[in-house]
Amino acid sequence: MLALILFYVFATFLVAGALGVITARNPVYSALFLVFSFINSAAIWLLMEAEFLAIVLVLVYVGAVMVLFLFVVMMLDINLAELRRGFTRFAWLGWLTALAVIAEVIGVVWRHGLGSLDVSGGFAGEPAHYSNTLALGKVLYTRYVYPFELAAVLLVVALVAAIALTLRHRPGLKSQDVSRQVAVRAGDRLRIVKGPAEKRS
Amino acid sequence: MITLGDILTLSAILFALAVAGIFLNRKNVILLLMCVELLLLAANFNFIAFSRMRGDLTGQVFVFFVLTVAAAESAIGLAILVVLFRERRSINVEDLNTLKG
Repeated sequence: MLALILFYVFATFLVAGALGVITARNPVYSALFLVFSFINSAAIWLLMEAEFLAIVLVLVYVGAVMVLFLFVVMMLDINLAELRRGFTRFAWLGWLTALAVIAEVIGVVWRHGLGSLDVSGGFAGEPAHYSNTLALGKVLYTRYVYPFELAAVLLVVALVAAIALTLRHRPGLKSQDVSRQVAVRAGDRLRIVKGPAEKRS
Repeated sequence: MITLGDILTLSAILFALAVAGIFLNRKNVILLLMCVELLLLAANFNFIAFSRMRGDLTGQVFVFFVLTVAAAESAIGLAILVVLFRERRSINVEDLNTLKG
């Protein structure tokens, strides 16, 4: 019963946060509302006993991705009035689509009896010391080890791509070129000039 | 007892709000990226709910990969956004007409 009350509280906060994200005037507020939504989602995931993913959501999303978003939003000098112009032009279409999606999903879920199933039914028989992180780690490092390594490669590609995209070569900048420094030979730098010695007068 | 219907309804509401956000903020690339994050979050709710109900961890492993890909996507998206702002001094979607699409 307590879990259900907590679920409804966090779900209300989550929906309010999502509404804030899409309607806030300033992108900084949107980013902060998104942080709020992620934290409430993590709480709901904890209630659903997906502890590892809840912690990952807080660490990776709130800790890294949203900080990146905030950095970019605050660094760019955006003309907000221009971006807000025509905000309500397609609003009716947006709300109509939203209502249609909600109505369809709710209709399907509750009419076919999915609604009354207990969400933690599959893990009801687990012992008290069951560890979600341990169980997830076991399948992740055995059965899904190749997808896991592919995910690592993907992150490296994203890292290289992000650096390569934003790297800027300014002309006239005095910077060190290590490969040219290493490849230099004495003949390039040193010139031996033969000069006759002066006669002692 | 949290039922599957509660979670699926919540995720549908979240998904619908994110879709509405794409309609509302169609000029602002940063807001579009944030709405995509919300869409992925809504999908993750379904994965975790069904994983719990079936007693199968595959859904949670999939959520793990979705989080990885979403992090990579937002990093590259923001990098493209920064380059775009340097070129155009604007992040308005209507200014992105180089390809004449």
